Amino acid sequence: MRPLTMKRLLWTCGALAAVLLACVVIALKLGAVPISVIDLVLNLGRVAIGRSDQLPTEYRLIVFDLRLPRILLGIMVGAALSVSGASFQALLRNPLADPYVLGVSSGAALGSILALIIAPQVALLTPLGAFLGAMGTIAAVYFLGRREGQLDSTTLLLSGVITASFLMAIVMFLVTTLAGRDLRGYVFWLMGDLSTPIQPGLRWILTVGLLAGIGAIYTTAADLNLLITGEREAIHLGVDVTRVKLVVYVSASLLTALAVSAGGAIGYVGLLVPHAVRLVFGSDYRLLIPASALVGAIAIVLADTLARTIVAPTELPVGAMTAMAGAPVFIYLLRRGMK
Amino acid sequence: MSTPGISTRGFGGQDESPNAVRTERLNVEQASYAYASSAQAAPTFTLGASSFQAHEGELVAILGPNASGKSTLLRLISGTIAPLSGRVELDGQETSRLDVRTRAQRIAVVHQESSVLFPALAGDFVLQGRHPYGRALRLATEEDVTIARNALAQVGGEHLAMRTIGDLSGGEKQRVILARALAQQPRLVLLDEPTLHLDIGAQVDLLERLRQLARENRYAVVVVTHELALAAEFADQVVLLHHGRCLRVGTSAEVYQQELLEQVFEAPLDVEIGPAGRPRVNLRARRNEDAT
Repeated sequence: MRPLTMKRLLWTCGALAAVLLACVVIALKLGAVPISVIDLVLNLGRVAIGRSDQLPTEYRLIVFDLRLPRILLGIMVGAALSVSGASFQALLRNPLADPYVLGVSSGAALGSILALIIAPQVALLTPLGAFLGAMGTIAAVYFLGRREGQLDSTTLLLSGVITASFLMAIVMFLVTTLAGRDLRGYVFWLMGDLSTPIQPGLRWILTVGLLAGIGAIYTTAADLNLLITGEREAIHLGVDVTRVKLVVYVSASLLTALAVSAGGAIGYVGLLVPHAVRLVFGSDYRLLIPASALVGAIAIVLADTLARTIVAPTELPVGAMTAMAGAPVFIYLLRRGMK
Repeated sequence: MSTPGISTRGFGGQDESPNAVRTERLNVEQASYAYASSAQAAPTFTLGASSFQAHEGELVAILGPNASGKSTLLRLISGTIAPLSGRVELDGQETSRLDVRTRAQRIAVVHQESSVLFPALAGDFVLQGRHPYGRALRLATEEDVTIARNALAQVGGEHLAMRTIGDLSGGEKQRVILARALAQQPRLVLLDEPTLHLDIGAQVDLLERLRQLARENRYAVVVVTHELALAAEFADQVVLLHHGRCLRVGTSAEVYQQELLEQVFEAPLDVEIGPAGRPRVNLRARRNEDAT
């Protein structure tokens, strides 16, 4: 017996936060214009004490106006995708669930594109459209994934994959007809990309939505531990299953939608990260959720730094990096599950 | 502790005997249920009015072939469905009206199989039984850990605490699942076909343990089974179901009548009374001319 204690929870999250901070410093340092760590720490210190006016202009432009916003965006997207992946795994009782594999990301992409077509001037409609798209998709996949009234693991994944490609086809169609604008930008966004800066208004929505979504899911963390062993058992152990499922369904859709409207359809993070966290820290959702949020942030910051630097000065979409790492792991988990 | 204040009677109710020596825990009184695909459609399965009582320390077996209504009756008792007519009371309170948390503090349900998606330690699994008592994050208190340890000890599974559930044998796993139910500190333990995947030694071990636990902890234990021999040997009371009808309630000696059992289980059976007054059931080889 090794019950989770507050001490272990705080130590683990503290350690992961420290790793994240180190990754942020590395990400700030690396890029087309090299910057020394000492300079960086000094200048970060200056900003921290409110003396940012002392920074050289060019330096401020590169580090604080270009790299830092992108890193912060990566942190939010990574946390959102990982927590929603872990949540979908419990909600659907499927270890292979991931917002990308299940088509939820594609649904969110379609929703936000539609919002963009309907009201291009209202920028804040995009996350709302993404949210509705995500909720609709997961509901559809859930019902398609049932056989004889039971949720069937393989059928669910297949319905997700098919739904994803169907929705992506529609998105492609819409994007191509919209192409007058910026086709390369859209295509990159669809593959998962953090290079396009987002509007300041969206930043606030993203931050608040992210905290609210993760917070709401975290209130059900103890219940998710039981839900994952089966609905009937959860009910008999005192879990209000209907309420928990509703909270998780809405919140995980919200998180996916926010991640997609900010960074496009970045795949496999929601699969990869929770599994890695389970391997190291165990499968208790009370630890899994905050740890996944932090590890997801670390993963995206690192992946995006690689995407920026690996073929510099050209950039790769970060989604290509996560898919390269994630798809093999997905196959491995699938094969292991079949045994 | 029964609540004598509740005296409203359901349809066709009968008076309970007030002079029982042991406290009555469970009172199933003319409870019925019907499944239908929609509110208008004709029911696809009906469980007719069923009645029986279970006292503390008593082990009741709900016996019947497949599709006889055993699981429906168990769901009625567990309170996850409300009876169409009649009532199901635990210590005088209707089980279906308890909120989900209170119900989990009083009734523990052990299912046929418990699947674990991700590896977990058996000890932590047992701790899940404390879930209905905690708040918010439900981090285990020292008391929770002690209760979980004792529960594991009661099923003879102290040594399993640090083992991964997936590595346990069928019998060990069943013990861990039972320990989780005990950690709920319930008044009523319900088991749905608990012996289904166990070999005969583990089956006997489980039933013996259940009877002993019922006496020690003053639970009422209700076991759904189609194992005639096990029910005969271990149950204090047998409820015989057939095609959604509650045919007989009584001790195994009262219920086990050759003709009745042959009709219900559609198999040629020999019933004899053993030395302890408990019936023994043997399958009689079907002769060719019997095949009608």
